Amino acid sequence: MAGGEDLKLLGTRQSMFTQRVVWALKLKGIEYEFIEEDLVNKSSLLLTLNPVHKKVPVLVHGGKPIIESKIILEYIDETWKERPILPQHPHDRAYARFWAAFIDDKLMEASKKAFALTGDDQVKAIESTVEALQLLEKELHVKKNFGGDEEIGYLDIVAGWIAYWFQFIEEVGGFKVMESAKFPCLDSWTKSFLQVPTITQNLPPPDELRFVFGAIRTATCPK
Amino acid sequence: MEKSDLKVKVLGTWSSPFVMRARIALNMKSVNYEFLQERLWEGKSERLLKSNPVHKKVPVLIHGDKLICESLIIVEYIDEVWPSAPSILHSDPNERAIARFWAAYLDDKWFPSMRSIGFARGEDEKKAAIAEFEKGLVLLEKAFGNCRKGKPFFGGDQIGYLDIAFGCFLGWLRVTETTSGIKLLSEAKTPALINWAHRFCSDAAVKDVMPDTEKLAEFAKMIASKRRGEAPPKS
Repeated sequence: MAGGEDLKLLGTRQSMFTQRVVWALKLKGIEYEFIEEDLVNKSSLLLTLNPVHKKVPVLVHGGKPIIESKIILEYIDETWKERPILPQHPHDRAYARFWAAFIDDKLMEASKKAFALTGDDQVKAIESTVEALQLLEKELHVKKNFGGDEEIGYLDIVAGWIAYWFQFIEEVGGFKVMESAKFPCLDSWTKSFLQVPTITQNLPPPDELRFVFGAIRTATCPK
Repeated sequence: MEKSDLKVKVLGTWSSPFVMRARIALNMKSVNYEFLQERLWEGKSERLLKSNPVHKKVPVLIHGDKLICESLIIVEYIDEVWPSAPSILHSDPNERAIARFWAAYLDDKWFPSMRSIGFARGEDEKKAAIAEFEKGLVLLEKAFGNCRKGKPFFGGDQIGYLDIAFGCFLGWLRVTETTSGIKLLSEAKTPALINWAHRFCSDAAVKDVMPDTEKLAEFAKMIASKRRGEAPPKS
């Protein structure tokens, strides 16, 4: 099988970013060793491999680290050509990269604030989250998947946290914006995304996410 | 081949480092393009709002009827549509990943830390901002040593993706040096990058789009006074 002994993935099961890499590797049938990291007590291995950001995931291939989940996805697609995850045409690739950046910058930032803040600040953050979701809803209109294909691809993988992690962000953060009536396309995409076997077989249990998010909120929420 | 015959336009400003990236990439590929200048300090035009409704920012690459936004995404697009030499991205996936990593670092951490120097209020804040910024420069000096493998540029013998991603900020870096009174790129701390900067600015694809430092400094003053609500200077 492709990959083998010289491919390792440092990450955590609860991390939405780690899971992106897991999904990509599994979709392509690539073998790897998973090294579970303790993010409270970061290992010297992690700190050596990612000294700049000290974060997971880190893919280590032939001893060389690759960092940042979206960069890892591109690396995986360029190294193992079977079952491509990025589209072929330059314009479609630019589209996928653009919306991936939007999801990780605008939507993620707004959601994090809605999760961590309270009062008026939270209200504003929730509005920003809704605005970002509305833009995504528009993009999904008349598409099955974000890439427009029958099979999931790069942009679906990057958006994956919306299909699963987002509900726990809402629950622990104490807000609710994702309603099927307001976001029918996102709702439909979520349902079909969560039916893909590679995805459902590689999701952290709800209680683990509730625990981790609960701990983060306690640590970061202003008193 | 039909794709590469379509009309190319860049929506942007002469002062934006991000717009520079797109123009350098097109110059490297010898692609003719029309430069549509926006006057952002006067507000965002209908043309800009239509071309980039999500972010309302420059640059926007207009290729035939396609609109591509976000400078680094535009650079990759240009490299893919016009794959003839010179390549902008390395062919090796690991080298590409390293270049993309540092480009993201520049945009997410390093450039914002440079802007913080300009926005700092009081000596203490300024000192802290400069210290943070210089930490980043040390990382970049080291990264340059690792990436270049003895060659003149991050990209090797010729400028590449990371040279473009980083070099576009040199104009504003010089303005920051002038206004803060501190040498940020120095022989003492960043000897390799200082030489790299000269080489980059002299490159054929760069020299006509790199803004003149004095002009940029005047422009920065104009923007700053507009922000403060002052009348524009008489000259």
